[in-house]
Amino acid sequence: MALPQAKQGVLAARIAGLSLPQGGWASAARADALARLSAMGMPVKRDEYWRYTDPTSLTTPDAPRAAVFDASDEAPAFDGIDAVKLVFVDGVFDPAQSDDPAMAGVEIDRLAAVADRDIHWAQGLYGVLETHGQTPVQRPLAALNTAFATDGVLIRATGKAAKPVSLIYIHRDETSDAILHHCIKLEAGAEVTVLENGPAAARFTKVMEVDVAEGARFHHIRTQGRDHERRAATHIFACLGAGALFKSFTLTANGVMTRNDAVIELLGDDARAHIAGAAVGDGDFHHDDTVFITHAGLRCESRQVFKKVLKNGAVGVFQGKILVKPGAQKTDGYQISQSLLLDEASQFLAKPELEIYADDVKCSHGSTSGAIDETALFYLRSRGVPERMAQSLMVLAFLAESIAEIEDEAIAEDIRSRLEGWLARHER
Amino acid sequence: MLEIKNLHVKLEEEDKVILKGVDLTVKAGEVHAIMGPNGSGKSTLSYVLSGRDGYDVTDGSATLDGEELLEMEPEERAAAGLFLAFQYPVEIPGVGNMTFLRTAVNAQRKARGEEEMSAGDFLKVVRAKAKTLKIDADMLKRPVNVGFSGGEKKRNEILQMAMLEPKMCILDETDSGLDVDAMKLVADGVNALRDAGRAFLVITHYQRLLDHIKPDVVHIMAAGRIIKTGGPELALEVEKNGYADILAEVN
Repeated sequence: MALPQAKQGVLAARIAGLSLPQGGWASAARADALARLSAMGMPVKRDEYWRYTDPTSLTTPDAPRAAVFDASDEAPAFDGIDAVKLVFVDGVFDPAQSDDPAMAGVEIDRLAAVADRDIHWAQGLYGVLETHGQTPVQRPLAALNTAFATDGVLIRATGKAAKPVSLIYIHRDETSDAILHHCIKLEAGAEVTVLENGPAAARFTKVMEVDVAEGARFHHIRTQGRDHERRAATHIFACLGAGALFKSFTLTANGVMTRNDAVIELLGDDARAHIAGAAVGDGDFHHDDTVFITHAGLRCESRQVFKKVLKNGAVGVFQGKILVKPGAQKTDGYQISQSLLLDEASQFLAKPELEIYADDVKCSHGSTSGAIDETALFYLRSRGVPERMAQSLMVLAFLAESIAEIEDEAIAEDIRSRLEGWLARHER
Repeated sequence: MLEIKNLHVKLEEEDKVILKGVDLTVKAGEVHAIMGPNGSGKSTLSYVLSGRDGYDVTDGSATLDGEELLEMEPEERAAAGLFLAFQYPVEIPGVGNMTFLRTAVNAQRKARGEEEMSAGDFLKVVRAKAKTLKIDADMLKRPVNVGFSGGEKKRNEILQMAMLEPKMCILDETDSGLDVDAMKLVADGVNALRDAGRAFLVITHYQRLLDHIKPDVVHIMAAGRIIKTGGPELALEVEKNGYADILAEVN
């Protein structure tokens, strides 16, 4: 089938100014990604997978201008967490602000720093899960990323990491267009936590491929915060071995355009994948969580818990799918997506999907949109809690279930207090 | 303390008039009871005083120590010293009982220009007061009223009252859904708060609560008005003969 002219045209314009990095271990994967991308074209609004989110601003040749937001009235996220910090400013690694990445049990390289090597362990991962994740749904922005990523981190864990790896993204340039690609490989029994924080750039296109081997445990907590005009298209591709654990939580506040895709495959038996998100949008805010979880192993468990609080015309999108493959018996799949609409101008669009080819499975999904409970609000106010504060309490309560998905209590507390701070600012 | 004059209230959404000229004066240190048949407007009175949405005040006034309550937001009424113990306390999933109490206490203090209570001091006070109401640590930790039994919910209302130390306490059918022991516990909690500077308005269907919380004045409310006022003996009369005699007598 010939590719529609529109998709081809958008792609040609998008990549006209980009150059494919040549040589080194990743070059074959990059060339392959470019070939796949050329066959796909860029996403357009007519695509089923982009039905609720207009991809235009994510596919224009240049990043739409985004004013830099001054978030200096709060401490950076995870500031109090002892971690190996790696800082990227508008997608460019900043060694001066970064820590020495040496840590027992974990090997950390940077894509750009090792690009010209002929051999690297990441060759077995870079673009591999991304390619795999292109079926049954095409994800051109991820292929674009694999082809053109300028940098990223390559983390290989063989044991339990002593502390989290914290990726800090700073946005300084109003027209920056960052493309980062991370590869994270957890060998059998390893455990690592990756934190991500910050707006990254005016436009941020990111892929994170995560291979979690037997019995390994991966934790991912990120905040995409407060920068009103920034745009982001992120993908997580993960595969899990037997008994492996994958946990990912994202807190998003503000941002004119965010599309967070997660493609997770439970390959081994008894694996568990939990993915959660809490989003708070006010005004010009479009936030899309698109999740595709495939159960292939026996007795695997997956949880999707997404909560969005929307006001002043903010838009939230959730597309969540659970695919249970033939033979994936005793699957336990749970999916909940809920929105709290603080006014009538805001909207939440949800598309939950289950596709099940095994007969002994437990899958549930639910999606709700609701206004704040007026009776509860009155109850709080009747005890002297001012209306906006009462509303914040209810908002925090609404988001609590998704934040509870974070295993580390100190990190969960950081997220909670950050959220409280954001809500308190809105109370004034 | 509380002065209600010629209060007329209708439902906001429909043309149904609920209160048709209520006059009531409660002085500091007094306990007043309001009794009356279903649909007489007792609960509406408590909601209107505390500022719930859905009602239109078409005439009259209600002042607390001379301040017009009806023009205040619910939280301002609370800070001014008004407290309503709900007939049906509301469950708030996700909000911890302790967080709720502390937020409320400090919000009121802030509104009155007082210093906020430190976490340590608050914990000490709340534990002591909870103990007398037989509210255990688990109930303090759980989300507000979620999974509480009927008795636990009502005790939790009294705990809030004890923590907030209001001047004017309205108890809306606090005895409903309580067994004899639970009612005694709640009544003890209320009696412990009785003093010369505080007043109570106890709304109830039955005389039995008034055995434990002794009123100074008893009012009978019917069809949106207070039709008769007397001493504690009036409650006994209702218990014995029902409302029919009083209604007939007034008509």
